Amino acid sequence: MNYIFIFLILISFICAIINNKMDIVVDELLKSSQRAVEIALGLIGIMGFWLGIINIAKKSGLIDIFSKLIKKTLLLIFPDLKENNEAISNIALNITANAMGLTNAATPFGIKAMENMQKENKDKQKATNSMCTFLAINTAGFQIVPAVVIAILSAAKMSNPSQIIIPTLIVTTIAFISALFFVKILERFYK
Amino acid sequence: MIKILNSLSIYIIPFMITIILIYATYKKSPAYESFVDGAKEGFNIAIKIIPYLIAIIVCTAVFRASGAIDILQNILKPILDFFKIPAETTILMITRSLSGSATLGVLSDIINQTGANSYATKLAAVITGSSETTFYVASVYFGAIGIKKFRHALLAGIMADIVGIIAAIWICSIFFL
Repeated sequence: MNYIFIFLILISFICAIINNKMDIVVDELLKSSQRAVEIALGLIGIMGFWLGIINIAKKSGLIDIFSKLIKKTLLLIFPDLKENNEAISNIALNITANAMGLTNAATPFGIKAMENMQKENKDKQKATNSMCTFLAINTAGFQIVPAVVIAILSAAKMSNPSQIIIPTLIVTTIAFISALFFVKILERFYK
Repeated sequence: MIKILNSLSIYIIPFMITIILIYATYKKSPAYESFVDGAKEGFNIAIKIIPYLIAIIVCTAVFRASGAIDILQNILKPILDFFKIPAETTILMITRSLSGSATLGVLSDIINQTGANSYATKLAAVITGSSETTFYVASVYFGAIGIKKFRHALLAGIMADIVGIIAAIWICSIFFL
């Protein structure tokens, strides 16, 4: 992350000099940091609401029932989380919400899952294998219905926007499987 | 079909909430108190991710504004022509891993430039719909718990993104060319 951070910023400055766009870059630098705060603050409402709803489900014991149902499958992917019931159920909820195309609803579950995993992490600054696996399958963005994209295509009056559903589903499945594959192979080399 | 799926997805949230509330009532668990307790945490999490978000969003915004992407596009041109990849979609392939809002912006731009029924639009739509913004997801999730050493998580995510893009090019050429 450190190298990516330095690389992206330095490359951008060099390109800005070449393209004579330094004024735009400086302007964007100031505006985008403002935008980052706005995005985070915008999350407070939806985050609070979902964490509230999840907490009801947690206190009533519903989460435990749900996680038992899919725990076995998920334990194959996350062998380190055998003792971590809460993490597994939050991961389950996150994947379910993502698959339905509810990205905003999935985020609080995902963050909760990360916190559950962090509790059993010895080095609090370093990601565990399970965290990396969870992040990788999340970045692959498995989705059954790409609702946002279809909405944009319909708005642009594409003749039949649903024609992209099947190809998208095939591609996202391939990406999902390869994310799992890469993360499992790479974890041996990054200790 | 689309209409059914769309209306289904509208009902998923109320359905989930209803089940949760009914179960809490059945178990005589105090729903309101639990809700308020849980919701308090939303504020802390949102504040905690701000520094991470600033880092990632400034990086990608500056990268985009500097024209670095245009330079990359020129270098890649011969390869693109060989695989019949519309040049307009290359920006999207790069922004896809970096920024979600930028990707939707680029998608709208491609639709504007090439028309809603063009091959470029279809390929762009499949790429957009089949992946998540790797850097954003990483900064939000790891940021929320203060992880600074990402280990192999980003590399695996980006490699999967690349496989996804190659798959999208391949699958779209079968479906739409």
